[in-house]
Amino acid sequence: MSHVILAGIFGLFFGFILHKSGASNPQHIINMLRLKDFRLVKIILLAIGFSSLLLFVLSSLGIIEPHFSVKTAYVGVLVGGLIFGVGWAISGFCPGTSVAALGAGRKDAFIFVGGGLLGAFFFMLIYGSIKNTALFDKLFGGKATLANTGIEQYTTLIDTIPATYVAGGVAILFIVLAFLLPEKIEDKPLPSRKYKHTIDVKT
Amino acid sequence: MWNSFTKKEWGWKTSGFLLGIAFLVTVAVVKPIGVSTQFVILDGIIWNSLSNDLVVKDEKAKKGYASSNAYLNKSGGKYAKNIANPLNYSFVFVVAMIAGGLLSHLTQSKKEAPKENNTPKVWKENYGNSPIKRYLYVFLGGILVLFGARLAGGCSSGHMMSGMMQTSMSGYLFAIATFAAAIPVAKILYRK
Repeated sequence: MSHVILAGIFGLFFGFILHKSGASNPQHIINMLRLKDFRLVKIILLAIGFSSLLLFVLSSLGIIEPHFSVKTAYVGVLVGGLIFGVGWAISGFCPGTSVAALGAGRKDAFIFVGGGLLGAFFFMLIYGSIKNTALFDKLFGGKATLANTGIEQYTTLIDTIPATYVAGGVAILFIVLAFLLPEKIEDKPLPSRKYKHTIDVKT
Repeated sequence: MWNSFTKKEWGWKTSGFLLGIAFLVTVAVVKPIGVSTQFVILDGIIWNSLSNDLVVKDEKAKKGYASSNAYLNKSGGKYAKNIANPLNYSFVFVVAMIAGGLLSHLTQSKKEAPKENNTPKVWKENYGNSPIKRYLYVFLGGILVLFGARLAGGCSSGHMMSGMMQTSMSGYLFAIATFAAAIPVAKILYRK
């Protein structure tokens, strides 16, 4: 029961932050994917880098005992990711941001969630007939991580270097990238448009 | 303090830092954040309310529940169990996210213009003001996103954020695949 109360508090916090960060606004997602607005990329890189650094450092010091839960890597992660990417670009929503946007009263988020329920339902129906195909062939040994999580069932890909250095190195790279990326890419300057115009007139 | 709480949108550093805290605290206390599975759970709850035998108790199953649907029956009936008991951590978490979005919206001192609230500006610049067309495409987008997320076994939060935080290969693969498809599609669809 206490877990359910925690779920309420954490979910509230997460939904609140997704909306406040602007991630639940499809305008920002679409402009990120058009490579016009990198604010969300900076947010994602900083969030992953910062949480990953603390996760591995604090657990190596014994301050936290993290509940690692690594997902399996398989062919479907790539294929599903490609399908996901198409829908993501069309709509400007991902599952998490659509839920926060729904709470904020966005009508298009409501429609997205409806479509999402249908898409998940389609998958439920076909799973039985695709579960033994190559789509579920494991990659990198399945549950694989770069840094050692200390969990025996997981494959560690870089086990010659201590986990805090591996995860810390990747995390710092993410954080540095977050600071280096510009927030916005300005549209191309006018002269090129003028040039195009003169050509149009001649032809 | 109150002013930053009611701000329309936070700066990237505040947003990234607090989002990182959310991912760190959840993995430290309970488990990593994930959202897309709960679309399946809600589907299952609805389906199960219409048919009595979708999810059944099964003492032989690892989680104590079984389903006639292969997907809900997998991993020892893990999803079947959560459908039978909607008051579980993961489902309540996602429902509470709706309240989080609402709270943020209600406390905004300056709100999104109502015109932007169902159709983003970039859509209007390319496809005009009709919300119906936007709804049609957003519905299709929703189908693709959740179908893709289920085939991949996670979404932006589960694979990309929680996964890459743990240096999980599945997380990197998912991020590469989604951006590889999404960037060209966004560039083609939204030229203006």
